[in-house]
Amino acid sequence: MKARVHVMLKNGVLDPQGAAVKHALGTLGFAGVEDVRQGKVIELELAEGTTEATIGEMCEKLLANTVIESYRVEVL
Amino acid sequence: MRAAIIVFPGSNCDRDMAVALKAAGADVSMVWHKDATLPEGVDLVAVPGGFSFGDYLRCGAIAAQSPVSQAIVAHVERGGYALGVCNGFQVLTETGLLPGALMRNAGLKFLCKTVGLKVATTASAFTEGYAKGDVVNYPVAHHDGNYTADPETLAVLQGEDRIAFTYAQNPNGSVADIAGVLSENRRVLGMMPHPERAVDAGHGGTDGKALFAGLLGQLTAA
Repeated sequence: MKARVHVMLKNGVLDPQGAAVKHALGTLGFAGVEDVRQGKVIELELAEGTTEATIGEMCEKLLANTVIESYRVEVL
Repeated sequence: MRAAIIVFPGSNCDRDMAVALKAAGADVSMVWHKDATLPEGVDLVAVPGGFSFGDYLRCGAIAAQSPVSQAIVAHVERGGYALGVCNGFQVLTETGLLPGALMRNAGLKFLCKTVGLKVATTASAFTEGYAKGDVVNYPVAHHDGNYTADPETLAVLQGEDRIAFTYAQNPNGSVADIAGVLSENRRVLGMMPHPERAVDAGHGGTDGKALFAGLLGQLTAA
């Protein structure tokens, strides 16, 4: 089985990279880009039967820093 | 005073830290990250700067899962002292020994320069050698030094006088100009600027000497 973990900075945490991307899009002439948030996607190849609870534990312990990041698990 | 300096793959300030601690009079040993135990009788664990594990995933995240990190946590829980500089600060926040997190610099650039720091508290072994409000000059060299903490954590740090150093002119966007913070028992200090790179006239300044001297003074007396 496969799972995809989306890690994003929490709402309210200033994202300087997202702000730079937004600025660059504006420079390219794209109007109306109101906000950009940048995160990461981690794909996991897992043994069948791995529970969502176990994947959640992986996120809490390593994949995300929950002080500043939130995560979302998508089982594929 | 016995100090252990942790070496991760990618650490690059470990020898500078050893020179600074030895010059202050410490008995120093280097500890490889795969060692699950610290040498007997260690008073201070120093986690040096660098790019442990290539900064993969997040700065300090992989190092915080190294075998030696469990030993560092146990050392601190026993009341031992720890100093994390730059990547070492990132590692200590990732282990949960210090609150908050270090994010990408607000200006997105890697910063390598000497900055002025205000000594925000003298109530710790690390800062007792300074006077409150002193401005000291330490080099910074980081890409992810933008310290952040949620408002509740920040209020606790301020209320408990746990902000050790603030930037005179904030180079990285850190909340409340924070450059370094102390643990609740004031025995763990994490900071982005490098005191170990300011201990010899050849470094261009010696403002870091008082930090190591204060630490040695207090730990040797204890």
